[in-house]
Amino acid sequence: MTLAERLNTRVQGHADSQAIVFVHGFGCGQEIWRHVAPSFEADHRVVLMDLPGSGGADPSTYDPARHASLVGYRDDLIALLDELDLSSTLLVGHSVSAMIVALVQIERPDLVDKLVLAAPSPRYLDDAPYVGGFSETDIDDLLALMSRNHLGWQDPLAAMVAGPDSPSIKGELIELFCRTRPEIAAQFAAVTFRGDNRADLVEVTAPTLVLQCRADVVAPLTAGRYVADSIPDSEFRIIETRGHCPQLSAPAEMTAAIRDFLAHPTYPSPLASR
Amino acid sequence: MSADRHPEYSGAQGEDLLDLAPCGYVVMDGAGWILTANREFLRMVGLGPGDVAGQRSFASLLPVGARIFLETHLWPMLEHDEVVREIALDLLRADGSKLPVLFNAVVVSGRDGSPASIRAVFMETTERHRYERDLLAVTTAAEAARVEAIRLSQILQQTFVPPPPPVIANLRVAATYRPAGDGTVVGGDFYDFFQLDTGNWMIALGDVSGKGVEAAAVTSFVRYTVRALSIEHPDPAQILTLLNRALLDHDTDRYCTLALANLRRGPYGWDIRLSLAGHPPALIRRPGGEVTEFGVFGTAIGLRNDPLFHTVRRSLGSDTVTLYTDGVTDARHDGEFFGEQRLLDLVGSLQHDPTSITDGIASTVLDYQRGNASDDIAVATFQATD
Repeated sequence: MTLAERLNTRVQGHADSQAIVFVHGFGCGQEIWRHVAPSFEADHRVVLMDLPGSGGADPSTYDPARHASLVGYRDDLIALLDELDLSSTLLVGHSVSAMIVALVQIERPDLVDKLVLAAPSPRYLDDAPYVGGFSETDIDDLLALMSRNHLGWQDPLAAMVAGPDSPSIKGELIELFCRTRPEIAAQFAAVTFRGDNRADLVEVTAPTLVLQCRADVVAPLTAGRYVADSIPDSEFRIIETRGHCPQLSAPAEMTAAIRDFLAHPTYPSPLASR
Repeated sequence: MSADRHPEYSGAQGEDLLDLAPCGYVVMDGAGWILTANREFLRMVGLGPGDVAGQRSFASLLPVGARIFLETHLWPMLEHDEVVREIALDLLRADGSKLPVLFNAVVVSGRDGSPASIRAVFMETTERHRYERDLLAVTTAAEAARVEAIRLSQILQQTFVPPPPPVIANLRVAATYRPAGDGTVVGGDFYDFFQLDTGNWMIALGDVSGKGVEAAAVTSFVRYTVRALSIEHPDPAQILTLLNRALLDHDTDRYCTLALANLRRGPYGWDIRLSLAGHPPALIRRPGGEVTEFGVFGTAIGLRNDPLFHTVRRSLGSDTVTLYTDGVTDARHDGEFFGEQRLLDLVGSLQHDPTSITDGIASTVLDYQRGNASDDIAVATFQATD
């Protein structure tokens, strides 16, 4: 199987146009983009994928050692873009994947034309004077809570046992949304919420749009401002919505913000030649 | 039953039906603002009627860590599936304590274009949660105990694993011990090399029945009894007779097979005296590759009051002598034994030195079982160097 197949990659839309790659965050798979991604198919090549260990990605893609840091996810994404022969893409990362796509741009500027970071936070833990919003105890509480809620993660196993021709499979696949194997979800949560990518941001050289929700308990406005202030060629835009998933709570506003950003002329970044 | 036949229940309708329901009931707007909450929910969170509806978001009534779970899992699932069920949460009470609940919610589409709302019920699960925590603690403790038992077994196993054979002047020796399976179960195979006098050595190689800690303890008993008896008694058959008595008197049902060899170096080189107790004979390999069996079959140790043992003697010359346990010949692949003939052919095909023969047997037998040894294997080979 190709990496694209193993990461449940779907490529749709206009084949000869610039590619937009949507990367979901911690919690749910590519389905989270369903109110935003289709509207770009008319004039872009739209790429959706599931991160290793998430959504419909093949279980073999997840390696606890390699995915003990975001660098493992970064390398997977780079390998996927190379395999699909994509370059100069618009990379859209939500939540923790905002940091993953930023790391991709730093490592391989040729793959990325522009970045959209949706609801980013470079560090979730408080580190005075920096405000991330969470303490170590909060993260422990989150991990304990997740261990109490397995959310039917055994469903895909049941589907595998039933066989791919079973009529129940379609229903099972819908049930997969936001279901991750508990040990993978726990590690992904720990990697996400204990990470610190503040120092990486200044290395980003592509024009970047930072989209932050007005009231987001996971990634507060201050975190978004920190990201925008750190990235040299960035634009900060607030989406008037509550919550951490603007692609669900305000898909039209998010789509419009990305469209506006795409319409900007791109100036060579003063740092791009580094 | 209909209400009209039970007029006393006729009031339990509408608002009252929900307000007096024995579960927490909450209506939220699509963004998670609480529009209304019933009495049981107010009791759960420890707030008054005016403190919740229109005042609080659902997220604000959860511990901080749970808010991440709400934002990254529950809201997206509700948006996608319009329902979530059996979610375990803690509600954050006004006094700062936490109340474990089970949470179900559905999205209800608004009528006539009004916005959708979320209806949620909460069941207190304090007792069940305590039970689950106890269960988790017990499971965790059991897992820790299992890990500790394996660790102890491995330490014990290491204690009983025969050390590399000693360096013996004018004699080349090689011995190996491979535990069965993944090595976590202590086995009963052993070997022992010890000196009685200058140019006078005993070599014992045996197999105590069964596995585990008790078999390993009997292994230890047999080894040290043989050592003690060897000081007074030069003849291997005599040692086996006395060992048989000692093991019968020992408080165990285990028995053991043993090949016991006494090697003495005289003016014309090494002599070997060998006695077998329920054990396969030794294999003699001549420099040309011819392999023959050596030894007279005797009674296994610890089974009978009237055992029979015979000591056979020969000059070592330039031959190699190999002792092995039945883990070698009883090795199976697809139900087929490795067997004596395969072993004879193998030894004949190997290089004429103790290390090649010992390691060749062990690796061939492990390969034969595709690396999954069903029984311990012990092999010892020796050869005169002059």
